[in-house]
Amino acid sequence: MTTVVDTDWEMVIGLEVHCELSTQTKLFCGCRNAFGDEPNTNVCPVCLGLPGSLPVVNERAVEYAMRIGEALHCTVEPSIFHRKNYFYPDMPKDYQVSQYDMPINARGWLELPDGTRIGITRAHMEEDTGKTSHVGGGGRIHDAGYALVDYNRAGVPLVEIVSDPDIRSAAHAKDYVDELRAILSAIEVSDVKMEEGSLRVDSNVSVRPAGSSEFGTRCEIKNLNSLRSLVHAIEYEARRQIQLLQDGEQVVQETRHWNEEEGRTHSMRSKEEAFDYRYFPEPDLVPVEPSAEWLDRVRASIPVLPAERRAALAAEAGTSSTADVAVVIDRGLDRLVRAAITAGADPERVVTHAVHNLAHETAANLEPEKLASLVKLETDGTLTATQAKKVLAEMLEHGGDPASIAAELGFEAMDQDALMSVVDQLVADNPAEFDRLKSGDQKVMGFFVGQAMKATQGKADGRVVTALLRERASS
Amino acid sequence: MTLAETARAVRAGERSAREIVDEHLALIADRDGALHAFNHVMTDDARAAADEVDRRVAAGDDPGSLAGVGVALKDNMCTRGVPTTCSSRILEHWHPPYDATILSRLAAAGAVMVGKTNLDEFAMGSSTENSAFGPTCNPHDPTRVPGGSSGGSAAAVAAGFVPAAFGSDTGGSIRQPAALCGVVGVKPTYGRVSRYGLVAFASSLDQIGPFAASVEDAALLFEVVAGHDPLDSTSVPEPAPSVVDGLGDGVEGLRVGLTKEFVEGADADVVARVEEAARALEKAGAIVSEASVPAAVYGLSAYYLIAPAEASSNLARYDGVRYGLRVDGDDITDMYTATRAAGFGAEVKRRIMLGTYALSAGYYDAYYGQAQRVRTLIIRDFEAAYADHDLLLGATSPTTAFEIGAKTENPLTMYLSDVFTIPSNLAGHPAISVPYGTGDDGLPVGVQVLAPALAEPLMFRAAAALERSLS
Amino acid sequence: MAEPISREDAAHVARLARLDLTEDELERFTGQLGAVLEHAADIAALDIADVPPTAHPLPLVNVLRDDVPVASLDREEVLAQAPAAEDGRFKVPRILGEAP
Repeated sequence: MTTVVDTDWEMVIGLEVHCELSTQTKLFCGCRNAFGDEPNTNVCPVCLGLPGSLPVVNERAVEYAMRIGEALHCTVEPSIFHRKNYFYPDMPKDYQVSQYDMPINARGWLELPDGTRIGITRAHMEEDTGKTSHVGGGGRIHDAGYALVDYNRAGVPLVEIVSDPDIRSAAHAKDYVDELRAILSAIEVSDVKMEEGSLRVDSNVSVRPAGSSEFGTRCEIKNLNSLRSLVHAIEYEARRQIQLLQDGEQVVQETRHWNEEEGRTHSMRSKEEAFDYRYFPEPDLVPVEPSAEWLDRVRASIPVLPAERRAALAAEAGTSSTADVAVVIDRGLDRLVRAAITAGADPERVVTHAVHNLAHETAANLEPEKLASLVKLETDGTLTATQAKKVLAEMLEHGGDPASIAAELGFEAMDQDALMSVVDQLVADNPAEFDRLKSGDQKVMGFFVGQAMKATQGKADGRVVTALLRERASS
Repeated sequence: MTLAETARAVRAGERSAREIVDEHLALIADRDGALHAFNHVMTDDARAAADEVDRRVAAGDDPGSLAGVGVALKDNMCTRGVPTTCSSRILEHWHPPYDATILSRLAAAGAVMVGKTNLDEFAMGSSTENSAFGPTCNPHDPTRVPGGSSGGSAAAVAAGFVPAAFGSDTGGSIRQPAALCGVVGVKPTYGRVSRYGLVAFASSLDQIGPFAASVEDAALLFEVVAGHDPLDSTSVPEPAPSVVDGLGDGVEGLRVGLTKEFVEGADADVVARVEEAARALEKAGAIVSEASVPAAVYGLSAYYLIAPAEASSNLARYDGVRYGLRVDGDDITDMYTATRAAGFGAEVKRRIMLGTYALSAGYYDAYYGQAQRVRTLIIRDFEAAYADHDLLLGATSPTTAFEIGAKTENPLTMYLSDVFTIPSNLAGHPAISVPYGTGDDGLPVGVQVLAPALAEPLMFRAAAALERSLS
Repeated sequence: MAEPISREDAAHVARLARLDLTEDELERFTGQLGAVLEHAADIAALDIADVPPTAHPLPLVNVLRDDVPVASLDREEVLAQAPAAEDGRFKVPRILGEAP
């Protein structure tokens, strides 16, 4: 992970995320909303923008948009649609029906795993465009001979989520997208697959002297097809802008295209002037004013979201490791972990198992009580960590209860005296190493522990061995 | 014969639909060469549809309330597999893959589609002279315009080619040609008739409506096509109101407002006809007094900002990519600009320019924004007028039919033709033009009855009374 | 705001609207547009800043449809009308510049 580029400068980032909704049909017509079908097979007069066609809003798309608003703590408001006018071949009507100054959701926020809150300016509805492929010239826009257009995607419902410019590092940008993805997935409104285009990210990047409260000129970066690209592009762009400013030049406000191969952004200044979208209210549609009842129903349908799950888990597990918490949530193991803790297991041990020894698929049938029993066997000294891991593996594969499995495997607590004689033997057999240990070389402890494991076929408790050796070394 | 009588006779097996349609087709073949009411005559389809109606009758089925009635549709309504050109080069060879809702409703009622009629290109105009395929002539005097933009449909009915036709009215494009051609023309309340399949000009103003030789016929046509359509989000969520039954109810006690803004500026002979109409209603028991919709005088300015603005957006899709004319270019932008330059006529280009300007950055508020505020003023003034009156009365067109070429020099002169009709479109209210005598030149004059939103039953009732007063 | 439109403005508008105008047309349209805009000075002069705009003559809200698939068009019928097509897709000349 790369660090902030320069401590004299601060980067300011806002993200625009387009989320394709997983409705059955498109936003304004009954054509299927499906990925990967034969080109132009999911089209009709409406989504092709044929003369005389008219849009009718998909109720489920509105519901999903409201869910997104609620999940992002936005205010859900009466809204209207606007036409955004511009010419491009993937646009059947050469205007996009979107929302402008009266969006359905406004003024929300989301919380990153480390607790940072990022403001959400708005989350509005709009229709997706078709897909253009450039043919000839290596598939790059500027060298292409011609283009082919598929309108299957035209009219698919999108929600565009715009963050406040609150993000201050590429790492946080990635965290933001991860968190947003997790939320959208939890509320079941989208497949959120960046690789399929159901989640698309554009980034606005500007820089300013550290400590300044004024905003610098920003550039919009497009063509970010993965989180990796997002992070690299932001870092590149911030460096590029800083360099310009340091050289006494200005940052030009423009849209730039990220080139993954070259690892740089390119200006996309085309021969057309800056777009004048000539927004005006869509006359073919009427306002959407969700009733209080509908809003209540949507609110009630929101499941527990990642941030809440993290908070609950962290509280119960008593762990401050946000990384561990994130992994547990990510794997969908938090309910299991919390239940095991409730059944009396040591929280730290449970979390450790979840992070290192469990994956969601295998843990599906693991009963929290059994996990709790296993952990108790560890904490009361009956099993070492290594032994517990083996028992757990057995439990996952064949089921069964920890105590019986431990017995079958011949695991039992190793006698303290027996362990002491093993340690004494090792000290006697390895005088040189012991001398090093005595003189403060901590690294050689690993050698002794390893030897103890060998000598006891893994039955030794590494911590006890370490403790005994330390005692020996200091006496 | 009224439409109802025709349909009854066909349903009873007394007349064959095929015979009727063949009569229409013969007349058209004989006389439309000179008139050019039609862009396309659907000869084979019409005969097939008529034969189907006859088959159903023979089988004992009821083909519907318009059984065997020949209908013409303005060529901006989508007819599957049949050219829908909007009288524009850019759609000259386009066949829609779907039918407009109005078509389905008419077909379900047993009507027989005879052909697509000429219009001002994309419905932009008041004379049908802006058609890319040549103007339509007024059947009363072929040196004169039939009005526009639905000139072809008005002429088709006036010439007796078909007893029923449909047009679209955005600023007067049904009513004004109806007046100039001496037929009945109706603009329903905005949202009464589905716009699904009507090629959009100005989405918040467009409405489809009927032309017919009589108020009764127009009323029947209205009943058949009006009513909620789930494919049109701006469609009134009610079924069609009953208007035919109450036509004979008369105007006793109805308060009619002779509206000064819908008379001022009209030629003297037109004004005279309107005043006669007012007196006729009075004689029939209506209470006629003066009315005013003061903000209506701003209607023209507001309309010529709102309509072109919406049109500039609605016509952006004609870009040579998916259908219609394409003029190739080195890159897509060249292709767009060359295609649209070649495909659109001057009036269309003018309005696209005007509309684009009115919406553009820095000008939106002063032009489009201001026009939408004026729209509110007009609605409020209509509301005030309707507090004191049930219906309003005025002229439809300031003049009788003018000569072909007389107003093409200066676009603004042409725009003034719509000064009495535009306010209803801005307010979304219904209005009807009823033939009422002639001007000094012997050409038809139309008188306009206006009603509040959704008040078609009252409007048709008064129109019927006016019509009766002439006989 | 009653100034007639300038030739530069008109040219800019033509570009926005993707209309390739001849010099002659540009000249004529600039004048004609100016005349209409001048006429519109009557409403430009109105002091109605606090009058709410009317975008819709109908007071409808919440017109929604169920999320149920409906048959799409037959691709052959659609592409039959296309000026150019290849591989089941609409073919267009090369596109310089990305979408906004």
